[in-house]
Amino acid sequence: MRLPVQLVLGTVLFGLFLAAALLSLVWTPFDVTELDIAHKLAAPSAAHWLGTDHLGRDMTAMLMAGARTSIAVALLAVGIGITLGVPLGLAAAARRGSLLDEIIMRGNDLIFAFPSLVIAILITAVFGPSAINAILAIGIFNIPVFARVSRGAALTIWPREFILAARVAGKHSARISAEHILPNIANLLVVQGTIQFSMGILAEAGLSYVGLGAQPPTPSWGRMLADAQTFFYAYPRLAILPGLAIVLTVLGLNLMGDGLRDLLDPRLRRTVR
Amino acid sequence: MIALENISLLLSGIPVLRDVSLRIPPGQTLGLVGESGSGKSMTALSVMRLLPDGAKLSGRVLLEGRPLTDLTERKMCAVRGGQIGMIFQEPMTALNPVQTIGDQVAETLLVHGAARRSEAREIAKERLARVGLAPERFPLDRYPHELSGGQRQRVCIALAIALRPKLLIADEPTTALDVTTQAQILELLRELVREEGMSCLFITHDLAVVAEMADEIAVMKAGAVVEQGPTGALLREMRHPYTRALFDASRHCPDRAPIVQDAPLLEVENALRDYPLKRQGLFGRREYFRAVDGVSFELRRGESLGLVGESGCGKSTLTRAILGLEPLQRGAIRLDGEAVSPAMPADLRRRMQVVFQDPYGSFNPRHKVSKLLAEPFHLTGRPADMEARVAEALENVGLQATDADKFPHEFSGGQRQRIAIARALIARPELIVLDEAVSALDVSVRAQVLDLLADLQARFGLSYLFIAHDLSVVRSVTDRVLVMRGGQIVEAGETEAVFTAPAAVYTRELLAAAPVLPTA
Repeated sequence: MRLPVQLVLGTVLFGLFLAAALLSLVWTPFDVTELDIAHKLAAPSAAHWLGTDHLGRDMTAMLMAGARTSIAVALLAVGIGITLGVPLGLAAAARRGSLLDEIIMRGNDLIFAFPSLVIAILITAVFGPSAINAILAIGIFNIPVFARVSRGAALTIWPREFILAARVAGKHSARISAEHILPNIANLLVVQGTIQFSMGILAEAGLSYVGLGAQPPTPSWGRMLADAQTFFYAYPRLAILPGLAIVLTVLGLNLMGDGLRDLLDPRLRRTVR
Repeated sequence: MIALENISLLLSGIPVLRDVSLRIPPGQTLGLVGESGSGKSMTALSVMRLLPDGAKLSGRVLLEGRPLTDLTERKMCAVRGGQIGMIFQEPMTALNPVQTIGDQVAETLLVHGAARRSEAREIAKERLARVGLAPERFPLDRYPHELSGGQRQRVCIALAIALRPKLLIADEPTTALDVTTQAQILELLRELVREEGMSCLFITHDLAVVAEMADEIAVMKAGAVVEQGPTGALLREMRHPYTRALFDASRHCPDRAPIVQDAPLLEVENALRDYPLKRQGLFGRREYFRAVDGVSFELRRGESLGLVGESGCGKSTLTRAILGLEPLQRGAIRLDGEAVSPAMPADLRRRMQVVFQDPYGSFNPRHKVSKLLAEPFHLTGRPADMEARVAEALENVGLQATDADKFPHEFSGGQRQRIAIARALIARPELIVLDEAVSALDVSVRAQVLDLLADLQARFGLSYLFIAHDLSVVRSVTDRVLVMRGGQIVEAGETEAVFTAPAAVYTRELLAAAPVLPTA
């Protein structure tokens, strides 16, 4: 079987940033908390591959550590969405048409109805800006996304005969959902997961940009952008590099999502009978 | 006149059709019969040149002497729908749900440049009237969902004949329809072919239907035509052993020696089930649809009881209530004296199992056979000798113990139905509900499965509730039969008595509509 091109390209792109983030846990070219005012705003050189910022911090190290923040925040936010959203969606599908279904889905509508970034700002404004609060804020908006996707997909599985057979075997709906429904909708959730992941990275950058995400000295792409704003005309490199990092990561994840969808959806797979 | 000359087809290097040659004169119907995978549909698609990627076609298709096989794709598009019309099996999916029936027929005319916009609707009206949808009752602005299955199939036929094609291809056009509807559609097709002077290629797996419809029959097996001839002569002579085997299989009647005890195993008493319909407006009154309306019957231990009826008669709802999956509003169902309900104890549930129609859909595609078969053990707790029980169940239905390690897609349709029966048997039930259990199977496989069911009944003293729309099968495997219509049982009695001397008007209609195989 041939892998879709997007999948390969996306995985390589995202893999690059993931590797940088993982590497930054054990090694960065310079300490990101160390200020070196004497060498501030240095151009790229053998010592500083991508130059330094206005406080003399090494840009390579900042980007690597920033990848860590972005990916960790987005990953945990997707995790929150899946662990809470999927069971809710499955429960709604199992009791379709009931009061429980109504409550879950209308609750989802309620969350959907709010502009997500504004609520995220509200949450971080009330509880104080921090990476944890950014995770919570982004995570909450992932819940209805996963609830809807899993409910919709589960509804198409419920009328199938193997579900009826499981009911004849006396299995209750929670068990059927876990044993029969979930494995059959997992591919959709994986695809949705990569898309939400990329949106999480964007949201994290947005929150950090306005100062509501990870706090200094933890590096973050969004805050690097904000810091670079005042130097943009003199040193565009400071804004372009984190901007490029965000764009490429999101692009990589979106390509991965597209590729995975093509790979996992048999209807889009070209087959000869 | 359409002629296929030595058509052979390779799909990714695998031969699918071998040297198929057919001729259909105008006004005549050729019945193409065979089991699934024999190449019937591929023959039709070869004529239409609608083949999947990687197909290699050789031989010639001549329509009125013009070779279609040499045409460019562009010219072929004009032929499709213009000179060749096609009707599909599933009228539910063959129509565009968001377009009115008038627009759909008119569009076919416009696409082929056969009429101007102003005339197209007039012609569409005339064509729809031609297939029995008179404009007074079925105006052009109806949507497909407002029509019944049979009416939708009529719209599909109107689409296919909109441009007065020379060839009409009908691929299992009545398989998805009820018996009485099927009779009407077949009658319509016969009349159209004769009066419009079309050649008709009629594809079906149902030998009784083809015997009634076709002037000539071609029997296909493994991509080749094994026997071909005028219907009467072919049915009399059956020179090829495969033709004979096919007809024998569809007439097959398993040997049964039922030992029926007097004690009732299943009692259904005055069962009633309503479904709420969608509310009309926010504060509108909620209407109810009565799916099962005061049904009472008994099934005795060791008996095979048939339940027949057309779609929408309430037999599925009744089945679900009997299986304890859905509650009743009124009335009672008892298995061996104990009340059946969604909350019934596991051991009672164990004593009643089910086999569904679709051998493809009734298994979770992601589980192995061993896990699928063990599912009913949820009711009894896992026995220590579970693997042995799985192996035993597989052997009981004619499969091998080693099959437990395979996935369902590794089996053929008939084998999957055997697995479904094994799953029903594994918890050692007393009653098995067979919900259209053999409807999706080819005739030869169906004969084997019916034999298996008869054998299992004799060995384990099982009782069967046999739900089906195919009257001939019900006749050959049941002791008593119930005829259901509009949620009620309109006739009940000994199977032979009901079939030979039906008392209810509806039963008589049903029997008259069912196509019958001529006796050899």
